[in-house]
Amino acid sequence: MPTDLPSSDPSLKMVGIRLFRENVVLVVFLALTLLAAFRYEGFLGHHNVTEFLRYNARFGFIALGMTFVIITGGIDLSVGSVVALASVLAALCSPYGLLPTLVIPVLAGSLVGAINGSVVALAGVPSFIATLVSMMAARGVALILANDQSIPVDLQSTVITIGEANIFGWIPAPVILLILVYVCGWFVLNQAPIGRQVVAVGDDEAAARLMGVSVHGIKFWVYVASGGLAGWAGVLLAASTFSGLPTEGVGWELQVIAAVVIGGTLLTGGSGSVGGTLVGVLLLGLIFKILDFENGVGGYDLKAHWQSVIRGAFLLVVIVFQSRRAVKDR
Amino acid sequence: MPAGKSFFVLRGARHRARRHHLINALQQYGTLIALAVLVIFNLTFTPGFRSTLALYTNLIQVAPIVIVATGMTLVIATGGIDLSVGSLMAIAGALAPIVFQASVWPLNQQAVGTALAFVLPVLVAGLFGWCNGLLITTRRLQPIIATLVLFIAGRGIAQVLTDGGHIEINRPDFQYIALGRPWGVPLQVMLMLIVVLLSVGMVKFTTVGRYIVAIGGSRSAAWLAGVPVTTVTWFVYIISGCLAGMAGLIEIAIISSADPNRLGLNMELHAIAAVAVGGTPLTGGQARVLGTLLGAVFIQLISYTLLTHGVPYAAAQVVNAVLILAAVLLQQVKS
Repeated sequence: MPTDLPSSDPSLKMVGIRLFRENVVLVVFLALTLLAAFRYEGFLGHHNVTEFLRYNARFGFIALGMTFVIITGGIDLSVGSVVALASVLAALCSPYGLLPTLVIPVLAGSLVGAINGSVVALAGVPSFIATLVSMMAARGVALILANDQSIPVDLQSTVITIGEANIFGWIPAPVILLILVYVCGWFVLNQAPIGRQVVAVGDDEAAARLMGVSVHGIKFWVYVASGGLAGWAGVLLAASTFSGLPTEGVGWELQVIAAVVIGGTLLTGGSGSVGGTLVGVLLLGLIFKILDFENGVGGYDLKAHWQSVIRGAFLLVVIVFQSRRAVKDR
Repeated sequence: MPAGKSFFVLRGARHRARRHHLINALQQYGTLIALAVLVIFNLTFTPGFRSTLALYTNLIQVAPIVIVATGMTLVIATGGIDLSVGSLMAIAGALAPIVFQASVWPLNQQAVGTALAFVLPVLVAGLFGWCNGLLITTRRLQPIIATLVLFIAGRGIAQVLTDGGHIEINRPDFQYIALGRPWGVPLQVMLMLIVVLLSVGMVKFTTVGRYIVAIGGSRSAAWLAGVPVTTVTWFVYIISGCLAGMAGLIEIAIISSADPNRLGLNMELHAIAAVAVGGTPLTGGQARVLGTLLGAVFIQLISYTLLTHGVPYAAAQVVNAVLILAAVLLQQVKS
């Protein structure tokens, strides 16, 4: 008998607590944003916000693909190298028109993803080592194509305009696309049958196969998607840095994985959230931004290396917190 | 079994048995065969290979990787993974010069400083390994994400220790670990062999070794069988940390500087690749330490061969990747 419930409307308080616990990451994000807005002059300024969103859009694209891969119980370590490869290809294609610049890098990324998918789904190689291998190979190919240097993007190319454009005067074009892609991703995961199949594969592969789900097919296509999205991120990178750098993208895969995990997707697979990933990407980006501001405007002079420690500590707090929740729910 | 089909079943069985034997042999000895082929190729076509210089160059370059990869083998054998080894190398490498430069506390004897500079960094690295173990056993975190924390933060910690820059090292008694040649053999190569031998001995002849393999085979079955799963899992991460620390000391001794930005960079990938090529399944259940040794030497020799024959670094990366994949695919083939 509920004798220990608060005397005021009990269900509202419990609903509130439950909402908080389920959306902690979003709450933390909003709280940090508010704190930063108070602490730093002009933190929420128009230019600041648009450039923040424009910069983090590239991680957002990669993270969406990674979410699906992780939900199937796998991992894709090759995305960083694919970004480098795609940016080099975009730079190389930029004198030849907009279409090749947009399409070829994404196709190349999808091709790497297809190789990943084949090796993981058909040959049964653990995704960690399979994507580790393609990470090395893609980096090598990027270096070969770029001849070990950075390739300048044709400054006349429309792709730069697209990267820099602001729709309605203030929303960066890549961000509009990101929102569209995320809405599609959310829809696919939560409303479309294929989304259910992805979750089923991650949760219990044998059971999914017995249910008639094409496990090989699902696993194959999530890696293709991951590679393609990473390819697109490479195009955005080339558009904003005006060059294709074969040495870029190092460490991006781990940053993206951290964002996906922070967003609530379990690394063991079978459970995940597209919206959570988006918040995770924004949260990680926010932390960097805050560290930047703290360095420049705030009281402390935080050297670059402290940032790694803070990022690691933050990841630690998040995963420990998630593990406690997981243990409770069991 | 219906009599009419029995002839074909038997015939198929014999074919399958033969293929089974071939694939089994390849899986067991594939790395060794590939290595032998590579050595013969180099002896024939690479000028200067038939010299102690070439031998020592390769062994010296591969020694830190083997040491780290041995620890990685044990971790992977339990079904886990340790992504933090590179960062732990950086921490150990950054700590050592601080210790023997006595910048933290006054040490009146040089020998004490040097001795501590060997011991403390390894212990600290082991302590971080203990932290990994803590997260993985008590919090039941996945090893990949638990060790990811130190992968990210560890290098930062090392950079904090050296305040972002690198420290020049000019201390012959410390650097003996990498530059010394007792009986003509580079000391780090001897250390590497000792580490490998001890690990092989542990896996084959001790109870702990059996426990490690059992945990990787089936954690729940091991638990039910009374294996101290928590303790042993913790143990392998501590070992992995200590070995990473040792490798870090060797690295800084040989390049005479402790640069936390570059020390141990990508070491976890090299180690995991060596383990994979050496035949230890990434899902655990086997600990093929000798295989890891061969795998690391094989990868090293590939790079050496390509380099001495003028292949650019980028292409060598691609070749390396393809070979590692081939090795792993071979492990996957089920007869």
